[in-house]
Amino acid sequence: MKQYVIIGNGVAAAGCIEGIRSRDKNGGITVISEERHAVYCRPLISYYLEKKTDPGRMQYREKDFYDQNGVRVLYNEKAEEIDALQKTVRLRTGNLLSYDTLCVAAGASPFVPRFDGIETVENKFTFLTLDDAFALEKATDRDTKVLIVGAGLIGLKCAEGLHGRVREITVCDLSDRILSSILDAERAKTVQRRLEDNGIRFLLQNSVKQFERSAAVMQNGERVSFDVLVLAVGVKPNSGLIAEAGGEVNRGVLIDEKMRTSLPAVYAAGDCTEGTDASIGEKRVLAILPNAYMQGFTAGVNMADGNATFDNAIPMNAIGFFGLHIMTAGTYVGEAFEETDDEGSKTFFIKDGCLKGFILIGKTERAGLYTSLIREQIPLDQIDFELMKKSATSAAFSAQKRKTMFGGVTDGTD
Amino acid sequence: MKRIYVKEEWCLGCRLCEYNCAFANSGEINMAEALKGKQIYPRIHVEGNNSITYAVSCRHCEDPVCVKGCIAGAISRSQGVVQIDREKCVGCLTCVLVCPYGALAPGENGSMIKCELCLQNQCGAPACVSGCPNGAIVYEERDENQ
Repeated sequence: MKQYVIIGNGVAAAGCIEGIRSRDKNGGITVISEERHAVYCRPLISYYLEKKTDPGRMQYREKDFYDQNGVRVLYNEKAEEIDALQKTVRLRTGNLLSYDTLCVAAGASPFVPRFDGIETVENKFTFLTLDDAFALEKATDRDTKVLIVGAGLIGLKCAEGLHGRVREITVCDLSDRILSSILDAERAKTVQRRLEDNGIRFLLQNSVKQFERSAAVMQNGERVSFDVLVLAVGVKPNSGLIAEAGGEVNRGVLIDEKMRTSLPAVYAAGDCTEGTDASIGEKRVLAILPNAYMQGFTAGVNMADGNATFDNAIPMNAIGFFGLHIMTAGTYVGEAFEETDDEGSKTFFIKDGCLKGFILIGKTERAGLYTSLIREQIPLDQIDFELMKKSATSAAFSAQKRKTMFGGVTDGTD
Repeated sequence: MKRIYVKEEWCLGCRLCEYNCAFANSGEINMAEALKGKQIYPRIHVEGNNSITYAVSCRHCEDPVCVKGCIAGAISRSQGVVQIDREKCVGCLTCVLVCPYGALAPGENGSMIKCELCLQNQCGAPACVSGCPNGAIVYEERDENQ
């Protein structure tokens, strides 16, 4: 009987379990979980603060998921070291776990830069785990003034989550725009306005020079007082275990299209990894939930002697603030084309005759058709892209292609 | 398994499928009460261009990317049917971002709706199919690999 070990208990681990069990019903699976919770939907922690969900509904899988899959979970446990030659994992408790194949799905940690005086701040938080959300819930009330450092996805979802709970929210960022990893300057302004209309204040191109207990002295001299500080500057992949074991690591653990690391019998999946971005063909950390699941599943299949490939990962995000929906995907290279009306805007980035990326604000219907143009790198001269720009519709495809999509007819190429 | 297939050359573009779908999933017994004067939220949509129309609904993929992509663990596949748990759904639209068919859309309360083949509602079989006046939507068992 094979022994599988998974380091981490997030969505990539759940994918890995399901991948293994799709081929091997009997092998032993052990999950090492630093968190005390069964796998939950991490991106929903802001929705929890918003009271749009609760811990019960945030469970990623059914209650009996681990039992049904014959998985042993070691909660509040940590992997300290991987020995890729002996094929063992040393735990914090000192115990050794032996494996035949190992998956590192260790996730990411908050990146907290050094700030002068940060040690004087009592109420400081990060925002990545369910326990972070519980802690913030406890630390805030209607009179609380919140300062969030970082206007990225995490910082802003945190702001939205806290919005109805607290008196005042200020968000600062060194960048000149919000969501700088996914939006261009103009689109960022549109989204910023929506947040400002809801009372969130921004200090951009401005960072904290020094903290003094419950105040931040900004680089421009402004003084911001707060009761609660949230540090949401960024995240870093937890790649240390692989690096220390001698595996190849860049920003994240380097993996191939089979989710193999450079160490024998060691796979990796999820936010700790750096795989290939199919929209540009370069290595990139793609820390998003859909990729975590798909990478985990692929790793699981291959760990159980299967032959699975996941080679069309692209960056993509569906995110919304106060009812304004935003979708982005791919890479913003090549020529930009824009479609704007009262409902919102669509921006497309085209290079070498293929769609490479898009930004949709407010107009998100059937956006998956655009996403698949990027994933599959479909030559745009094969479709009616003029129609497609206005409306994501398979009417822009050939009748033959539609028959394969909706008519149950194969395309005749196989 | 049985799936819904469309014959676009037979589609009249009448959108009756949308109304029958919205009614079937409304929980009401009277169609006028269910739909009259209301914004409807069908799980099938007629699309097209100047020359053709056809109805689009969930393909119930063998390897559904919406299930893998859902950040709320709200979409699952059971006996071939891709289903959504609207209690878990938070309306983030990630499924819209990943579905290559455009088969999901927000419902009346912002949580997502999709075709579940009318297996859970009072119809028991797809209302769009039985109500299509021209036989342009069918519900059949086919081997798609042949």
